[in-house]
Amino acid sequence: MSETTNSGFTNVETTVLGADELIINMGPQHPSTHGVLRVKLKLDGEKIVDSECIIGYLHRGVEKIAEHRTYQQFAPYVDRMDYVAAVSNGLGYCEAVEKLMAVEAPPRARVIRTILTELQRIASHLVWLGTHALDIGALTPIFYCFREREEILKIFEKYCGARLTTHAFRIGGLQYEAYDTLEHDVERFCNDFNEKVDEYETLLTENRIWVGRTKGIGILTADEAIALGATGPVIRASGVAWDIRKAMPYAAYSDYEFDIPTRKNGDTYDRYLVRMEEMRQSTRICLQAIQNIPTGPIMARIGKVLKPPVGEVYHAIEAPKGELGYYIVSDATTQPYRVRIRPPSFINLQAFDTMVRGHLVADVVAIIGTLDIVLGEVDR
Amino acid sequence: MQRFKKRFGEAIREAWIDRKQAILVVDAATLREISLYARDDETFNYLSDLTAVDWPRREKRFDVVLNLYSFSKNERLRLKAHAADNEIVPSVSNVWPTANWLEREVYDMFGIRFEGHPNLKRILLPDEWQGYPLRKDYDILTQDQAWVRENLGIESGQ
Repeated sequence: MSETTNSGFTNVETTVLGADELIINMGPQHPSTHGVLRVKLKLDGEKIVDSECIIGYLHRGVEKIAEHRTYQQFAPYVDRMDYVAAVSNGLGYCEAVEKLMAVEAPPRARVIRTILTELQRIASHLVWLGTHALDIGALTPIFYCFREREEILKIFEKYCGARLTTHAFRIGGLQYEAYDTLEHDVERFCNDFNEKVDEYETLLTENRIWVGRTKGIGILTADEAIALGATGPVIRASGVAWDIRKAMPYAAYSDYEFDIPTRKNGDTYDRYLVRMEEMRQSTRICLQAIQNIPTGPIMARIGKVLKPPVGEVYHAIEAPKGELGYYIVSDATTQPYRVRIRPPSFINLQAFDTMVRGHLVADVVAIIGTLDIVLGEVDR
Repeated sequence: MQRFKKRFGEAIREAWIDRKQAILVVDAATLREISLYARDDETFNYLSDLTAVDWPRREKRFDVVLNLYSFSKNERLRLKAHAADNEIVPSVSNVWPTANWLEREVYDMFGIRFEGHPNLKRILLPDEWQGYPLRKDYDILTQDQAWVRENLGIESGQ
């Protein structure tokens, strides 16, 4: 496999055409980068021979802040990393602290968490689909995607009052009881939604321009994906059926039936199909979950002051973008000694260089889109 | 765990299980060798995460922490190596290419240097930044005030 060096491009060589290699700069303010990502590209004609991602424009020192807040105080901060999937971030953090304290959220809380997290996965994939298609030149899907996403955000708003940075979960369970019509809302949304996914597919799946712009672009083989640490839909589109929901179940996932969609080619088109199928699987999980929400408490018996015993834990969940891991070290005080966040976007972005080599400048936009990165999470 | 101990003997300093997760503390000098063994013979072919923890009162203040995963066993393993200030740790970026950016982040935030890394420079902070923010002696209000003044034009440097 190719090396993942991000050398500083010191040598500019003369190309076959007799022209010098050209270095161009994309970003940090560029419509396709979904945030502030700067990419330096080295070109031979229009072909990319080397690339370097320059990140950190959105660095806020989240891990440092964690060391100066109590366990509960830090929970809202994690929503601000991957801000289009705040619920998933919160789930990972709360479960990691629960594991550190050796408590478990009550069954009712776990099921409600699962429902909201799966809705969040759909919402996150909808943002990805809309913007990715927009980047490639399909203007229509984003309007449909945001229409459906709105329905999910309404459910979040009814549940906890917030739409984006929800802080929906608490360490030990939930703050809020499910509102009366939650099951009804989720059921209605899920029943309608599969048709909507079919609708998106009629716009794109067999569209000649879409296929031409995505098939064979940004190929990542299974070996490369494993070596580069890719996770989530990126590794599954390369043929590795790895999903933490199945491999190491958390929340209530072990109770439900769902498939892990995989594809073989590892190109942009396959990653598109994997995410489309994932949305359908998410509705399947939600529909099973609302059938039988256990009754009982929503909060485990934990004190107001959390002092987890000395030790450490690594807990990972399958966030919409991939493996979101929290490595927390406790020194038995109210504040964590160290919180390390393993961001899926950051590590998936590292595969960018391997994927982009040999392609044209126009494909860079497709490849950034297909990685589904959120710069708030890359930079933390 | 037993197999690691048998194979490397003294190089495995400590081994224990914390909250059902296996942890091995290894000699920093042998980190690369043990990593290769973990990857090839023990099938831990996936590096989930590489990070560090600062314990300023300890003689060797840093823990370099690797979280590994094995697809075939569906198991995780955590390797740790202790490193003193200014001690150079062998890079594992040619064992798991994932480590490339992760080691750069550790260098950026803790100032730990990795030997054999292809491109060890800051990744999140600007290249000219002074200091390593995730060290415990770097206060939360500390900034590289000279850099902030010069590049952002903020007089107070905060």
